[in-house]
Amino acid sequence: MKGYLVLRVVAKLMIAFMVVFALYVQFHGDFGPGGGFQAGVITAAAIVFYAIIFGLPAARAVVPDWLVEAMVAAGVLLYAGVGFAGLVLGGNYLDYFVLAADPVEGQHRGIFWIELGVLITVAGVMLKIFYMFASRDEERSR
Amino acid sequence: MIIATLLTMIAVITVVIVRERNLFAVVVLFGIYSFLMATVLVALDAVDVAMTEASVGAGISTILFLSALHLSKGIEMKPLHRPFLPLIVALATGAALAYGTLDLPAFSDPRAAIHQHVAKRYVDEAARETGVPNIVTAVLASYRGYDTLGEVTVVFTAGIGVIALLRRMRPRKRGEGS
Repeated sequence: MKGYLVLRVVAKLMIAFMVVFALYVQFHGDFGPGGGFQAGVITAAAIVFYAIIFGLPAARAVVPDWLVEAMVAAGVLLYAGVGFAGLVLGGNYLDYFVLAADPVEGQHRGIFWIELGVLITVAGVMLKIFYMFASRDEERSR
Repeated sequence: MIIATLLTMIAVITVVIVRERNLFAVVVLFGIYSFLMATVLVALDAVDVAMTEASVGAGISTILFLSALHLSKGIEMKPLHRPFLPLIVALATGAALAYGTLDLPAFSDPRAAIHQHVAKRYVDEAARETGVPNIVTAVLASYRGYDTLGEVTVVFTAGIGVIALLRRMRPRKRGEGS
């Protein structure tokens, strides 16, 4: 749909705001609605939007396949890693109180990192599924 | 009143989805269904769930349905036989579920059993213990950290499942194409 001027301009305007909104949902999730899952989906939606307007190759140049596949696993590993960090620092698995000197500060730190893990995995999986579906069409028409 | 109106609209859309044969229209109606459902959830004060419903139900799944639709024909085939037995099973299950809701406590009743167990402690202590004002986030990420780790693992498993299924198609296709 690269030929449509209106779509192209609106997409360029909107995508920046979508990514900012995803970051807002991610980092403001402690205070308002939202969190890693929603932020991950919104991030993926922004890139899917880009892919729809500018074509799949353009989106693959921005977010390449190897990065998406790494994200799928990296988020889970980050989440599980926070659990092990709690073990190493002398607490239980997924115990955030030991992550910092102040227990409340430790909770903040733990929640921040696990929410980041959720975002990375969810965004990666959503994008990967979209890439797989969209690229099947390319192969078929080849 | 608002919720009743929205639920009526959802019921109408469901009937239209079942009867409609044009799959593009069905996908669009699914999106509308999700947005209505998200509005219902907002009216029920479940903003986090509403956000998920709007972004996943109306956003990503519509995209995935459309990309799947792109690979297939746009019109649903007429069923080969009249599916009366499934209709009866569905109606019986729905009636049983509706009968089950009759015993539920009234919406947001503070004396309901579910508010007597750990929920009270979360409401009282979450802000002090975790320093997170949004109790939903505190419960999800901190008190129920194991659950959320499990959920992320489910998303991960679903992702690699889809990768494994769709990847397998490629080499065979290339062989056939040349």
